[in-house]
Amino acid sequence: MTKTDLTRRRVLKSGAVAGAGLALPTMFTSGAYAFTNEPMGGTVTLGFNVPQSGPYADEGADELRAYQLAVEHLNGEGDGGMLNTFSSKALEGNGILGKKVDYVTGDTQTKSDAARASAKSMIEKDGAVMITGGSSSGVAVAVQGLCQEAGVIFMAGLTHSNDTTGKDKKANGFRHFFNAYMSGAALAPVLAARYGTDRKAYHLTADYTWGWTQEESIAAATEALGWQTVNKVRTPLGAGDFSSYITPVLQTDADVLILNHYGGDMVNSLTNAVQFGLRDKMVNGKQFEIVVPLFSRLMARGAGENIKGILGSTNWHWSLTDEGSQAFVKSFGTKYGFPPSQAAHTCYVQTLLYADAVARAGSFNPCAVVEALEGYEFDGLGNGPTLYRAEDHQCFKDVLVVRGKENPTSEFDLLEVVEITPAAQVTYAPDHPMFAGGALGECNAG
Amino acid sequence: MKKNILGLNPKDTKFLLIVVFLTLFTPILLQPFAAGSELAQFNGGYPDLMQKIAIFGIFAVGFNILFGLTGYLSFGHAAFLGIGSYAAVWMFKLLTMNVIPGILLAMVVSGLFAAAIGYVSLRRSGIYFSILTLAFAQMCYKMAYSVLTPLTNGETGLQLTLNDPRILDGAQQGSSLPVTNIFGLAMNSSYKVEALGRVFTFNVGFYFCAVIAILAFYVAIRLFRSPFGMMLRAVKSNQQRMTYTGLDPKPYTLAAFVISGMYAGLAGGLLAAMDPLAGADRMLWTASGEVVIMTILGGAGTLMGPVLGAGVIKYLENIFSKINEGVLHDWFSFLPDGVEDVVIWVFARFTGEGWHLTLGVTFMLVVTFLPGGLIEGLKRLASRIRNGSQKRDKYDDPDPEHRPDPGKRVAGE
Repeated sequence: MTKTDLTRRRVLKSGAVAGAGLALPTMFTSGAYAFTNEPMGGTVTLGFNVPQSGPYADEGADELRAYQLAVEHLNGEGDGGMLNTFSSKALEGNGILGKKVDYVTGDTQTKSDAARASAKSMIEKDGAVMITGGSSSGVAVAVQGLCQEAGVIFMAGLTHSNDTTGKDKKANGFRHFFNAYMSGAALAPVLAARYGTDRKAYHLTADYTWGWTQEESIAAATEALGWQTVNKVRTPLGAGDFSSYITPVLQTDADVLILNHYGGDMVNSLTNAVQFGLRDKMVNGKQFEIVVPLFSRLMARGAGENIKGILGSTNWHWSLTDEGSQAFVKSFGTKYGFPPSQAAHTCYVQTLLYADAVARAGSFNPCAVVEALEGYEFDGLGNGPTLYRAEDHQCFKDVLVVRGKENPTSEFDLLEVVEITPAAQVTYAPDHPMFAGGALGECNAG
Repeated sequence: MKKNILGLNPKDTKFLLIVVFLTLFTPILLQPFAAGSELAQFNGGYPDLMQKIAIFGIFAVGFNILFGLTGYLSFGHAAFLGIGSYAAVWMFKLLTMNVIPGILLAMVVSGLFAAAIGYVSLRRSGIYFSILTLAFAQMCYKMAYSVLTPLTNGETGLQLTLNDPRILDGAQQGSSLPVTNIFGLAMNSSYKVEALGRVFTFNVGFYFCAVIAILAFYVAIRLFRSPFGMMLRAVKSNQQRMTYTGLDPKPYTLAAFVISGMYAGLAGGLLAAMDPLAGADRMLWTASGEVVIMTILGGAGTLMGPVLGAGVIKYLENIFSKINEGVLHDWFSFLPDGVEDVVIWVFARFTGEGWHLTLGVTFMLVVTFLPGGLIEGLKRLASRIRNGSQKRDKYDDPDPEHRPDPGKRVAGE
């Protein structure tokens, strides 16, 4: 008995020594790949990292549908969607560079930590060569940083904070969606025309990177009109009930409430505001108004009746009549039975743009992709002529100012486009103060 | 009893060696299925998961020093994890990307917080203690989330930027973010070996965590076997009797609380060292609850149990949550259409977003049938194998008179 014990121990000891020996070569990084997760076989894996739970889960579900549709179109299944209207013809419907597109999904839970963990496992375990998605700027900024370090491309989904392509911009990260500054610049003239230039605004703001820059942008734009800012109040993300934030509004002489909220938060805060009778109020001899700078159809559906007549801005709307938008709405509608949201649109477009950049560059190498996307001008993807600016990896295109429809004809026909603000009006210098303080750095190929 | 150079008896030495062996060979043990095979989905041998298992193992071992030994159930341990992360990231921003100062500061700061929170909370025991710790943790979370935004960067989380000072690292090289390292050896560098159709990844970060986990485990063994550990057990079994014999339990419980807080801080610092970002979500009450579940699932009061529990939960979280309906579709495509849909619907409840349900069911089964946790299951299995499969019942006790075993020290390993 003693004897077997001894030998077992000896075996264990030698095992430990062997383990230590194996640990030694870790100082050499792997040299087998030219860059992180270079696709070797007949398939290429993309990572779709979207919120499947939390306040932005609705957006996340729609994003995932769009990604699946994009993968189908890239692999030559379905009707091809916007591939047919896209100005670049580098994609042939045989995957990307002849490799079939495969994908993995993850749940960001709208939390930076969880999103990074899920992106990390996609990169390390599943060999994803590109990560895309996200419905929150906090998450987008966190995941963008991770992708930069890991040496893969990040194609941001729905992220509207100035910081994503401002102070937190990264060489490996790209954003198609518009941003808070653009919302402010597009909304201000419409607000001035409808509500006048003598107004007092009260801000309720989601307390994270997007809310902060959204508040800063819209306050700057409205103050330039001559509006006064009465107060700015930060509310926690996913608060659920906003009554305690709405009552103080009634105590002030503010006559406009600006809700810098998105997703489920906006649905709740708007509902609370309407329940408190804000919209029927007269202050300073003027009708009290509510403004929601960033709008989406999914939010409009959640808020129901309360959304009617409220102004906001949006990246894209399914009722647009250009060829690209119609092709996308048609193939999305055929597959899922309802029109896509703006989140779905931007995610679908981002996937196509990535695939196209790889095809044009002839390589999956992140640095080649960055080069192909920087300063790239394209059309036919639903927003008119668009530029991917090289200085900050932000897309510049027209912005839609929308309003909650008074007489919707269906449960999807909830927003009407008030104005299409041309790209020139929302373009800013790359070193604009709201975007200053960051640097792209160099592309990292791992 | 004879002790060796590490101050352990032969049984514990063997135990420690097993742990060392298991930890160092994790990259091989967690990669049992060939790449590209149907079962490759269940491979867990990638750096992120292995690091998490080692780190949460440390966290749970530390939690167990408090809960397993003294019986004080802290429901706010994640606060120390978060505090450790913030401290470490600040160190990476201000001082150096070398992880050693960051991890040391993480332990010191979380130890200080633990002393303060413990001093107040330990005035009460039982459910009141749990509620107090929960309240403190939620306060820490709220502060990190909004009030202390300049210090914690709120919801976005504290991150590195290019223009951080990093005084010890000297001039910034190039224009990309530096990576965490230990004396120049980057945490994220890996050495990949392809053998037997599998790709084994040996990652610097993981081995760094593994070595620290082994040290932490060794300290825990010594603590369990020490007179101090005996005192903590006395607190658990009967605090009143302890006071009657003239002993004040307060210093012992506070020491245990601080030690366990420092373990949590160490884990938090390591999390930041593997991925230099600290988010407030780390401090949420669900994270505190997770470590309680890890400890109970594995076996509270045992040495190996919490590590096992941490491993099982992290594995479930990372592997089961990745099985989406598309994957299920591939598995069950051989079934006829109608049946397939039903089967996929059922399985989808337990995988993907539904992995919590799998965890819940596992937890329920373990608590009901193996009150001592998974470790009890393993012990029963081992004794089955050793003694053959003869039927045993509660009347079939090998030692009906409960004679004290001279070689046996205290229960609980």
